Amino acid sequence: MTDSKYFTTTKKGEIFELKAELNSDKKEKKKEAVKKVIASMTVGKDVSALFPDVVNCMQTDNLELKKLVYLYLMNYAKSQPDMAIMAVNTFVKDCEDPNPLIRALAVRTMGCIRVDKITEYLCEPLRKCLKDEDPYVRKTAAVCVAKLHDINAQLVEDQGFLDTLKDLISDSNPMVVANAVAALSEIAESHPNSNLLDLNPQSINKLLTALNECTEWGQIFILDCLANYTPRDDRESQSICERVTPRLSHANSAVVLSAVKVLMKFMEMLPKDLDYYGTLLKKLAPPLVTLLSAEPELQYVALRNINLIVQKRPEILKHEMKVFFVKYNDPIYVKLEKLDIMIRLASQANIAQVLAELKEYATEVDVDFVRKAVRAIGRCAIKVEQSAERCVSTLLDLIQTKVNYVVQEAIVVIKDIFRKYPNKYESVIATLCENLDSLDEPEARAAMIWIVGEYAERIDNADELLESFLEGFHDESTQVQLQLLTAIVKLFLKKPTETQELVQQVLSLATQDSDNPDLRDRGYIYWRLLSTDPVAAKEVVLAEKPLISEETDLIEPTLLEELTCHIGTLASVYHKPPSAFVEGSRGVQHKRLPVRAGSGESSESPDASQPVGVVADTPPAVIPSQGDLLGDLLNLDLAPPTSSGPPVVPSMQMGAMDLLGGGLDSLLGGDIGGSPAMGGGLASAPAAVAPSLGAPANSGLDMLFDLGGSVGMPSGSFVVPKAVWLPAMKAKGLEISGTFARRGGVLQMEISLTNKAMSVMTDFAIQFNRNSFGLAPAGPLQVLTPLSPNQTTEISLPLSTVGPVMKMEPLNNLQVAVKNNIDVFYFSCQYPISILFVEDGKMERQVFLATWKDIPNDNEAQFQIKDCHVNSDTATSRLQTCNIFTIAKRTVEGQDMLYQSIKLTNGIWILVELRVQTGSPGCMMSVKCRAPEVAQLVFQCYEMVLKTSSDA
Amino acid sequence: MIHSLFLVNSSGDIFLEKHWKSVVSRSVCDYFFEAQERATEPENVPPVIPTPHHYLINVLRHKIFFVAVIQTEVPPLFVIEFLHRVVDTFQDYFGVCTEAAIKDNVVVVYELLEEMLDNGFPLATESNILKELIKPPTILRTVVNTITGSTNVGEQLPTGQLSVVPWRRTGVKYTNNEAYFDVVEEIDAIIDKSGSTITAEIQGVIDACVKLTGMPDLTLSFMNPRLLDDVSFHPCVRFKRWEAERILSFIPPDGNFRLLSYHVSSQNLVAIPVYVKHNITFREGSSQGRFELTLGPKQTMGKAVESVLVTSQLPRGVLNVNLNPSQGTYTFDPVTKLLSWDVGKINPQKLPSLKGSMSLQTGASKPDENPTFNIQFKIQQLAISGLKVNRLDMYGEKYKPFKGIKYMTKAGKFQVRT
Repeated sequence: MTDSKYFTTTKKGEIFELKAELNSDKKEKKKEAVKKVIASMTVGKDVSALFPDVVNCMQTDNLELKKLVYLYLMNYAKSQPDMAIMAVNTFVKDCEDPNPLIRALAVRTMGCIRVDKITEYLCEPLRKCLKDEDPYVRKTAAVCVAKLHDINAQLVEDQGFLDTLKDLISDSNPMVVANAVAALSEIAESHPNSNLLDLNPQSINKLLTALNECTEWGQIFILDCLANYTPRDDRESQSICERVTPRLSHANSAVVLSAVKVLMKFMEMLPKDLDYYGTLLKKLAPPLVTLLSAEPELQYVALRNINLIVQKRPEILKHEMKVFFVKYNDPIYVKLEKLDIMIRLASQANIAQVLAELKEYATEVDVDFVRKAVRAIGRCAIKVEQSAERCVSTLLDLIQTKVNYVVQEAIVVIKDIFRKYPNKYESVIATLCENLDSLDEPEARAAMIWIVGEYAERIDNADELLESFLEGFHDESTQVQLQLLTAIVKLFLKKPTETQELVQQVLSLATQDSDNPDLRDRGYIYWRLLSTDPVAAKEVVLAEKPLISEETDLIEPTLLEELTCHIGTLASVYHKPPSAFVEGSRGVQHKRLPVRAGSGESSESPDASQPVGVVADTPPAVIPSQGDLLGDLLNLDLAPPTSSGPPVVPSMQMGAMDLLGGGLDSLLGGDIGGSPAMGGGLASAPAAVAPSLGAPANSGLDMLFDLGGSVGMPSGSFVVPKAVWLPAMKAKGLEISGTFARRGGVLQMEISLTNKAMSVMTDFAIQFNRNSFGLAPAGPLQVLTPLSPNQTTEISLPLSTVGPVMKMEPLNNLQVAVKNNIDVFYFSCQYPISILFVEDGKMERQVFLATWKDIPNDNEAQFQIKDCHVNSDTATSRLQTCNIFTIAKRTVEGQDMLYQSIKLTNGIWILVELRVQTGSPGCMMSVKCRAPEVAQLVFQCYEMVLKTSSDA
Repeated sequence: MIHSLFLVNSSGDIFLEKHWKSVVSRSVCDYFFEAQERATEPENVPPVIPTPHHYLINVLRHKIFFVAVIQTEVPPLFVIEFLHRVVDTFQDYFGVCTEAAIKDNVVVVYELLEEMLDNGFPLATESNILKELIKPPTILRTVVNTITGSTNVGEQLPTGQLSVVPWRRTGVKYTNNEAYFDVVEEIDAIIDKSGSTITAEIQGVIDACVKLTGMPDLTLSFMNPRLLDDVSFHPCVRFKRWEAERILSFIPPDGNFRLLSYHVSSQNLVAIPVYVKHNITFREGSSQGRFELTLGPKQTMGKAVESVLVTSQLPRGVLNVNLNPSQGTYTFDPVTKLLSWDVGKINPQKLPSLKGSMSLQTGASKPDENPTFNIQFKIQQLAISGLKVNRLDMYGEKYKPFKGIKYMTKAGKFQVRT
């Protein structure tokens, strides 16, 4: 007597038989028939032909039969919209039923029927159900709004359901609150800019109360919603953390991870010296460890997130290395993740244990895992200097096993160890050379060739070894060919007498017999270098290489920030920003970690404008990928990321540019213009230089000229003349005037202090109120000597943009307090928005296009700039000085259209279309930005720049 | 939220599909099958699989893949937790969660899935509530239903659904009032070849079976609550009292539930109840290898180690084995190279051993990998962490319940490297 009987069929047509049974008078038979229909449906059989017969069974007081019919309806209504209308009456009637279970069921099912005609009838019952006295009905109705929105968003807005839904957040029943939050979150996902979930301290308080009482799933919705909130100050942040911490002890791992997300985000705002901060850190570790004892699928997601957490806050799990040790029957995806985290946690304290484990793993069966384990040993050597020796000997042991893929991996990592610790372990080269013949993977071959070239002077038969590779030159992969070319040139520079023939051979192979442009380029450059100036060649090819950084595979800091806000989501599993891959999330707003009020640690803050000139502050530069000419010249193409510091010595850059300018065209004659491949190669060299100069990397020859222009330009924006901010009358004799400027990428407030009183003034200090862009003094106000009567002093106060943020009216208003030995004075001033335009505000063309389309038209603002006499070229160059970058230019009917992009210090992009009519004074501009408030200010800036300069 | 669910059996057939929003064609599972093909073992299929328009999140339990389809950003753990909950519910309803059981109860399964999710949002996942909405099938009920024509769907709104204690229904009545608690601990450990512990930790749970009339309010206290590093509670446990007094205070759900799971740290506090002596050697150039394995108890607080089972994946080069167990039986599968020795109880006076020879492929070189032994065992009446329940009190009701507490220690992932 099981349901499997529903699958048996008779010889007569199945559908025919079911039809007869559905129309039977006997209730029991009817129900059995519907069950058979459902059973067929579940296995994917098409039983839509029975639609009218099944719908006929709907009007019944038997709840089970009703539910079954509803199940059927949900599946097939879409394919039979006209028929589905037949069901509407029953639905509407059921919505009035005295039994709340039936009311809820009816409204729930109606929402699932994705037929336009039905949705029209749904509105009235839904409105009633949203205000139903029974919370079970209300919570069901809340979800129904989300369903309806998915089918017909406009209808939901017109009917005012969104407001009703917002009201439900204050419902007395926690389950209703949770469902309302869930529904609003889902709706908000398709409206990134709408302020549906308007979080304020009051609503947060309600959510936190509901959090304790609702179901586990509701807790996840509420926690995810909380994570979008930015607390006003550290006190609020702490109180939210305190109320969220108990969730770490929940049995549902998704609740735990969502709670971890909220805590990781809000912790950012807590001062580090606070006792509570330490307590919180300690509380985070045990639940994360516990996640690892769950089912493997849960472990996997947990591990991907832990990978982020150990990068963001390594202190949390630093003592928990052992839980990441691999069990031999863990699924491979768990093993690989554990290994990754082990390396991140490796330190001097635990390196012995880690190495012993890694050696154990290197003898396992699974090839991928073994390879990664061998690589991990190399990474440990690079990360923990004290262990390097032991790592090298472990690797040598592994090479002795002669297992082919182990040997190859080991050689690849030993190359990196040589890079990191030059002149330390070269004694092992002999052992490596013994295994030369067994290498069949390009990466391993290239690594070995690099080693031979680099240490050519110590390897007696280096020329023979390299020559042996040269025989099959054309069958090698590009990676190996490039490496071989470089290695032989190195060898030649070290032992010029014996290897002249070899180097000529390889140069001709590379330049004449190869059709790979990268290889040819490099060949020609070496050739020219060697033939014109061997000393220069030596300097270039045998230049000292920058050290490689300790940590590899680190997620780039801003991405890490964003991912930390997305812990527990798909984004965190893939380690990609959510905008990168989730379909349907149209223009997701980038989330950022909040910044602690008054924190001076600008290196930690996400939106600190990176001073352009100071390259040392930039995060470890990753050597651009292969095919990058400049990198190749220094044969770094195989190298892992370099440590912080300029990737190349400046003089080298100039050398390389010169080389390209003077050398190649003579070498190639007239050929250069016609060869696009050459052009690409050429442009990529300056591109490597570009990042350090703040100019965007781009390809194409035209960029070369752009670059020439922008390099020489002072990157300081337009400066308004000083104005009196605080007259002496109001400030007991202190007159303050000033202006704002952006010089060399640094925001400055330039102030003149004049003492118009009779006594000496000392002890100056300055403070800003919270403001829209988080401007704050980056240092103290330095008035070195006391200000005697009638004396004026000029001060440039550098500003940071990491202060507390509060929206001001007008947006660019800044309230300032200045103190001296006499009193404290307050004044407010307005800064030009142009000082917030950052140097890397040039958007890629495609991104510009996509973003322009992406921003809703409501956000577009149009302005007319009158009486300015500029043509498009001067406009471009003038605006460029203010970090307004022209991306493209188009000429339509005598009108020049300039497409420009601007990026603010807080990461907001502003897109501008500027129309310049040649010969007529004035231009039109339209501004598009996700934050439309800034448009007016941008207009003012344009107006000022374009007009003022034309006067000058 | 969760869009659709497909159930896939071990031979790669989709035998059930359920859609909570619009219908997603089952061809989306092709991406899953591709991933399955790439993975060598079913266990190695990655849990999250991207496709051009959807994401597939799957769990493997009881040899069935539960594949959920999502379209927007949904927390993957949320989906995985939910899928495991679905499996648990099936198991609770049908006793086992197999393809046959699901097919036998396909309509109940469908009703359950519909009740558990609405538009992809979880609706009712507590077993207590579900059982009030949809009665589990029993032979008796099927017979009664066919005779009386009544249904297995509840007509009333579940009472617990909206109360402050959503996990408990009202009006519970028993003639015998009883509350049983099982403290079960699993040891996960890796022991290296010299016998020293590399890592060891204890995962413990307290499972309860509470059949008490009315609305009892229970408190359970431990002799040594500080032992527990990390605890996860059933929602019924009042967290504040645990924080303040380290006692568990709760109104229990009716029937079986997991009150608490806990974790005892890896910081070398864990007692290891068995030791293994082994000697596995392959001689270079010989087609024979020696195999010796002896088990013995240690740190068992005088309790017997029972149901011992040793399994090991021998190197691929091993053709066959010829072993002699001092007790129990062993099997060796020459295809999968899986050696399994069912030892039974360890007698401390006469230690069980397994000795003999392995034959290797002639001419093959000495295997590179060392086999790992996976050991399972049980120890009754012992919680290896030393955790002890102090007392259990009941408030809110007048009768005197019958109380019982049982302890057990099991091996979790207990591995010995050679």
